[in-house]
Amino acid sequence: MNALVPLPVLLPLCATGLSLAFGTRLGRFQRFISVAVLSAVLALSVILMIAADRHGPLSVHLGDFAPPLGITLVADRLSGLMLTVSSAVTLCVLVYSLGQGMTDRDKETPLAVFHPAYLILVAGVSCTFLAGDLVNLYVGFEIMLVASFVLLTLGGTGPRMRAGSTYVIISLFSSMLFLTAIAMTYAATGTANFAQLAGRLADLPIGVQTLIQALLLTVFAIKAAVFPLAAWLPDSYPTAPAPVTAVFAGLLTKVGVYCMLRTETLLFPGNRLGDLLMAIALASMVIGILGAVAQTDLKRLLSFTLISHIGYMVFGIGLATREAYGGAIVYVAHHITVQTTLFLVAGLIERRGGTTELTRLGGLARAAPMLAVLFFVPAMNLAGIPPLSGFIGKLGLMRAGVADGGGWAWLLVAGSAATSLLTLYVVAKVWNLAFWRAAPPGQAAAGTVLESGDDSDDDADAGPDRIRGTGDEGITPAHRPAGQAAGATLHGRAVITTSRLPRPMVAATAATIGIGLAFTVFADPLTAFTDRTAAELLQRTPYVQEVLGR
Amino acid sequence: MIVSASLLATAVVLCAVGGILMLTRPLTRILLGAVILGNGINLLVLSSTGRAGAAPLLYGVSLSRVTDPLPQAIALTAIVITLATTAFLLAMAYRSHQITGTDEVHDDLEDRRIVLRAEVLGERAQLREQFRSGAEPTAEERERYREERRRLRDRLRADRARQARGRDASGNLWNDVLGADPEDYARDGDAKADDRYPRDRGADG
Repeated sequence: MNALVPLPVLLPLCATGLSLAFGTRLGRFQRFISVAVLSAVLALSVILMIAADRHGPLSVHLGDFAPPLGITLVADRLSGLMLTVSSAVTLCVLVYSLGQGMTDRDKETPLAVFHPAYLILVAGVSCTFLAGDLVNLYVGFEIMLVASFVLLTLGGTGPRMRAGSTYVIISLFSSMLFLTAIAMTYAATGTANFAQLAGRLADLPIGVQTLIQALLLTVFAIKAAVFPLAAWLPDSYPTAPAPVTAVFAGLLTKVGVYCMLRTETLLFPGNRLGDLLMAIALASMVIGILGAVAQTDLKRLLSFTLISHIGYMVFGIGLATREAYGGAIVYVAHHITVQTTLFLVAGLIERRGGTTELTRLGGLARAAPMLAVLFFVPAMNLAGIPPLSGFIGKLGLMRAGVADGGGWAWLLVAGSAATSLLTLYVVAKVWNLAFWRAAPPGQAAAGTVLESGDDSDDDADAGPDRIRGTGDEGITPAHRPAGQAAGATLHGRAVITTSRLPRPMVAATAATIGIGLAFTVFADPLTAFTDRTAAELLQRTPYVQEVLGR
Repeated sequence: MIVSASLLATAVVLCAVGGILMLTRPLTRILLGAVILGNGINLLVLSSTGRAGAAPLLYGVSLSRVTDPLPQAIALTAIVITLATTAFLLAMAYRSHQITGTDEVHDDLEDRRIVLRAEVLGERAQLREQFRSGAEPTAEERERYREERRRLRDRLRADRARQARGRDASGNLWNDVLGADPEDYARDGDAKADDRYPRDRGADG
């Protein structure tokens, strides 16, 4: 069973090679490989999660080198859960992007780099979730980041280059900080392995411990976009193609949260910086959601709610009780799915209405009832309306806060209640502007409009792609007037609005909503599982014994 | 643990230089900053080895006296990663230069719009205040007031044109690479630019 542990990293990497070798000529083969490999990774993750739950953590020392020297991969309950949720979401997003690519007729200019980069991203994410030492964690981060650079700047249009440069520079800087932290840890303890560090860090002087902890927390806070370090996120995410933004928003920030959870429980037990974390969490929640209130562009607005809701997870980490960790883990799983879904829906809205600027949208509830449903469910989920999974996560966190009973904890409970109310306000605003009110005049005329396909989807030659511009047929992206949406397609071309939404995209979005609803239906097993996970994290011994023991 | 002071000092200087370069605007300087900072931190990683020992070879050296090879492995990994990121940043600087004629990282459009709008509105309000508070304005004063307001409006327009330029390439590769005059972009004047560089027309059409 232990031999399965490296596969979630290896499979996507091998598939990348195949995809690059054959992809340029055989687009269909490339798509098949991506879907098959991601499905396999999903199956593997489920197996790993169940195995870790039944028999405790699984670990592999690659090349059979003993812990301080070799690379260690560990799958415990937390890793298993994160892997499962992330691979399910990445699979859905891949299907969505396939739908988008097919509709945009990418055949003429195949974007050969999208699939390989996406697979490498998956490999990097898996690598961080499975990493058993700081160096491997760093490598996993870098794999993920380099792939994300490519995905964020796909097509190389002006806005994407600008957004990308912010993102690249910030990521680069945080990587440097991470490397510094690794150097310090190694100098102080002589190892970078988590299990060994768990034992050795406690012997260090308190000042050195706090320094290393603060440095690592800063690095992960940049990745997770916690408030004072989050300014890069709403700047860089919204310009990317919709599926890319969705997977970034869902996964990459949560990787930072995962690392915080892992290091705070395993390396620095005792919660020395708990108050600081809670203060940051409060600021992140409140300021993030106020930023969202002020926005009128849907994608930017969603980016700000993302920052705000990271605060909930940091709240759980700051409380550091078993219930709080349980609540935070539920919230991570919930938030990965719901945030991805919302960005996917934003992509659909852009496709239908031609823009994500809320002031220019309207009347979508009548024009596209399906789209309205697709938006409504995850939006309510984000706000935490009772039967949905957001409510379960928030309830768990608030109960943990009340049980803790400290001053900060009560403040945070009040803050998180206020934040969910404001979230409800924000999504209600989106609902009113984009869906409920009458369509503003001239809405459909904006941008280039794809003539609604008169069921000729299959003949590739004529196709429904005849562009009905605003009079000028030869409109190309380069000559597009400024101010129009900067392209939701993978190439960064002009937005093409359709009256009928492509079926694979709708199906993929519905599938992510289904995952969100499954959290509600299976709420009891899920919370029981996260409770066991939290217990395992606090215990620390199963993890350490599995890696060092025998 | 014994650490080489010269190694540490070099690392500190490199980090400082790199950090300052990373705070500048042009992407090429940021790139240089990243390279220098990366090297500084690699030295920091190396210095976590402690006292230097014999080469970490498998045979012929007593294992107790070899240098710790692990930081070297970490530093090597980091060097390779920095190389990849450097290549990417370089491509990005080039592309950015192609599109906007410069490799500077622009301000966030929304931020700049807010700042500029606030600035212009503030100045206009001040101007009006001055104009109203005075006694019956002479024709000359009225003329100057109009002139000032026109100047402010032009500033907003110029900024909008610059934003438009930031969003898209002009589509004329020759101009994008060599950097045509800003006016060519601002007037949305591809036709004008083509007159200037007639040899490009064939490639475009």
